[in-house]
Amino acid sequence: MTGAEGTGEPLPADVAVIGAGVVGTAIARALALQDVSCVLIDAANDVGTGTSKANTAILHTGFDTVPGSLESRLLRRGYELLGDYAGRAGIPVERTGALLVAWTAEQAAELPAIEDKARRNGVTDVHPIGVDELYQREPALGPGALGALVIPGESIICPWTTPLAYATEALAAGARLRLRSRATGIRAGEAEHQVVTTTGMVRCRWVVNAAGLHSDGVDAMMGGDRFTICPRRGELIVFDKLARPLLSSILLPVPTARTKGVLVAPTVYGNVLLGPTAEDVPDPADVATTAAGLASLMDAGRRILPGLAAEEVTATYAGLRAATAERDYQIWVDGSRRYACVAGIRSTGLSASLGIAEYVSGLLADAGLHLAGRPEPDPPVMPYIGQAGTRPYQDAARIAADSEYGQIVCHCERVTRGEIRDALAGPLPPADLDGLRRRTRVLNGRCQGFYCAATVAQLFAGSGMTGAVHSRASRAKVPATESRGPQASGGAGGSPPRTSTMEQG
Amino acid sequence: MNADVLIVGAGPAGLAAAVELRRLGVDRVLVLDRDEAAGGIPRHSEHTGFGARDLRRVLTGPAYARRYADAAASAGADIRVGTTVARWEGPDGSPGGGLSQGGGPHRVMLASSAGIETVAARTVLLATGCRERPRTARLVPGDRPPGVMTTGELQRRVYLTGQRLPGPALVVGAEHVSFSAMVTLAHAGARVLALVTDRPRHTSYAGFGLAASWRWHVPVWPSTAVRRVAGRGRLEGAELADLRTGESRFVACDLVVFTGDWIPDHELARAGGLAMDPGTRGPAVDTALGTSVPGVFAAGNLVHAAETADIAALGGRHAARGIVAFLRGGGGDGPAPGPVRLPVTVEPPLLWIAPNVLRAGGPAPPRGRFVLRSDVFARLARLEVWQDGRRLATGFSYGMQPDRPVRLGASWASRADPGGGPVTVRLA
Repeated sequence: MTGAEGTGEPLPADVAVIGAGVVGTAIARALALQDVSCVLIDAANDVGTGTSKANTAILHTGFDTVPGSLESRLLRRGYELLGDYAGRAGIPVERTGALLVAWTAEQAAELPAIEDKARRNGVTDVHPIGVDELYQREPALGPGALGALVIPGESIICPWTTPLAYATEALAAGARLRLRSRATGIRAGEAEHQVVTTTGMVRCRWVVNAAGLHSDGVDAMMGGDRFTICPRRGELIVFDKLARPLLSSILLPVPTARTKGVLVAPTVYGNVLLGPTAEDVPDPADVATTAAGLASLMDAGRRILPGLAAEEVTATYAGLRAATAERDYQIWVDGSRRYACVAGIRSTGLSASLGIAEYVSGLLADAGLHLAGRPEPDPPVMPYIGQAGTRPYQDAARIAADSEYGQIVCHCERVTRGEIRDALAGPLPPADLDGLRRRTRVLNGRCQGFYCAATVAQLFAGSGMTGAVHSRASRAKVPATESRGPQASGGAGGSPPRTSTMEQG
Repeated sequence: MNADVLIVGAGPAGLAAAVELRRLGVDRVLVLDRDEAAGGIPRHSEHTGFGARDLRRVLTGPAYARRYADAAASAGADIRVGTTVARWEGPDGSPGGGLSQGGGPHRVMLASSAGIETVAARTVLLATGCRERPRTARLVPGDRPPGVMTTGELQRRVYLTGQRLPGPALVVGAEHVSFSAMVTLAHAGARVLALVTDRPRHTSYAGFGLAASWRWHVPVWPSTAVRRVAGRGRLEGAELADLRTGESRFVACDLVVFTGDWIPDHELARAGGLAMDPGTRGPAVDTALGTSVPGVFAAGNLVHAAETADIAALGGRHAARGIVAFLRGGGGDGPAPGPVRLPVTVEPPLLWIAPNVLRAGGPAPPRGRFVLRSDVFARLARLEVWQDGRRLATGFSYGMQPDRPVRLGASWASRADPGGGPVTVRLA
């Protein structure tokens, strides 16, 4: 599995996966593990920076999908696969279960139908509970609830570690990662395709379109026009860890035809999440929060869990779901053009990712791509950033072996110098402070950098990467040409050349 | 490891308490700080004005911090920096349990580069200070580019890690710390566009406002709210709304510093199950600065966010005397305060009062007075203290301003009925 080495012209890859979100990295991982030479391309400076990083961080059972749909099938499969993979890869998961709460008589009347739908989706342990048991389970729930469905399998997961684990494993298996490279066109050919990117051309035999919010554009590059992505923005509010005792399960609303509605959920980092809103926006990069959105969430939060109102907000953010006019995933493989489209994954990509990757691998094999058929190896063990397990600062043996694991830098999230050092020196180092946040939780806490941002910036700068998060010079500029192979694509975002060595053989 | 007093937080309050405890003959005083050096917030407040009331001299923040750290060390306190309280343990060793309820010693688990160890402490003083509300907690919407920070982050970047910063910068807030942020920005080479406040005028010293205008040429934009932060990947500016006219405008800038709007760092107090005061949002404290758990005290800006450093230090010194009385079983100055904790509350537009609990026979509060906050300006305000329909006292406040201390004498405290209803302070 030797691809790009140094600055030489890479051999054509078997597959170019466009889009390094949770779906793209899962597909690249699946293919690389089967000895398929693979290039993973993304416009951003890291994996998992689009829909994958800003969602509700729930590992869905798929109980409320459309029975018989591809989404239902792949979500169910992905749920099982990811649950198992997360345990082995050190991805934080908590099996909290969910309560789907009815607040009106109409909603209560819908619960049996939802329960029936869950069974038809293969989620057979869903069951109703009465109002007494509901308040027994969730004493802080706001007044007026009439009953609930228990969905024991719904869980919370770390959305950041998941694509990082996939990408780390894919890289180790020989995949190449080409970041800061926006695909601008595809020259489809008989022998090979040429993906034109902002950092040069990528030759490949197959193209896999996992471009999420931009998948309609990539599909058009392959001559398709079957769907249009309608970005649907969801704003979310993260509450202080001191709010965490207010609930024990995920609290779901009764969904409407349009959206799953506003939920309240614990996070694996020990916070409480409130959201999302659902708003169609024209711009696939518009992840701004809005006054109206945040206000509507605070209103909903006060009703669902009144205790939230007394707690501080730690963070607010927004993400975009890659919705289409269709109700189901848009996944197909066109063997004659050596093209796979994996689009319209909306809000279930994290949970379904391994199911989607398995399904797409199968379709590609059926269409003639050779897979080695070897069993999956053990996944890499990722740095553990959850709240439920033991973190380095709590681990006497680890601190004894390496005192930097006892040196807390970020006090809110209790992130140590050792963990930051490891992330910066890891196989997939962060390109900016946001990347470091997703790998370590640093800067994510209640003080938002009051205490540690200066130190963290210094550590980041000391690593040879840019810590100057403010200078105009750090404005992201993607080189127009790739003159010396992928290694020349460094400078974007003021980033160091070492980041681009991730494109490796 | 054992300690007579475990002090959490080596800022002005914690260090001043340590000095006083040693002076009063307490043997084992252990002071912890999670930061890498002792001194607290003044460490990175590189302007003068520190120490007037507690040290009777005026120092810069870093000099003031060094002076207290040196004084505590030479007084014989054991100061450990880079050390975090990882857990409180109940006397039965219950994991994640609350504080010991007056029985055995408080078992506190510490994490540091030396490993994990447990301290058994007869008493605990929480002096964990306060922080500024960041942009997120203020629910300011918009994009999320870098370049948006608090004064704390700004000063650490500039004074502790020597960063230069680009301008122009916008300072959100116009209280004492906002002017401090302005000076820090100037020091770091950033031009400051303005201090914006949603209040009708700034709430710092008149002289600061004049100095900002004359020396630094930085205006205060009053009655102005930040509606949105804009910039993808890089900060472009902020949308400001004039609260009088409703008009909004976009101001381009490279930095936005959110200042003030203090909140106590009360995580440990709440983890320990201390009763909290709804006004200050710190632990409820009596006039000896004792909390709801016997043997646990709290001082400094954890109980009044935020007063100046000298007031925090004097509070620490005051708490030390309460701790000594506790350790000696109420001996010393007089009888132990009674067990009943009578809450003292405020009515809007007053925001909080500290201390906020009375106990029969308790000492006078720090400096012999209560400190309050108001949400309104008033040239002359009359404060009234009421209990069960009975007026206990009347006081006057001249030049009342938001973000600034309002002081109330304490002579009425002995007139409150310990068995009566809550005491309320309100504006007449």
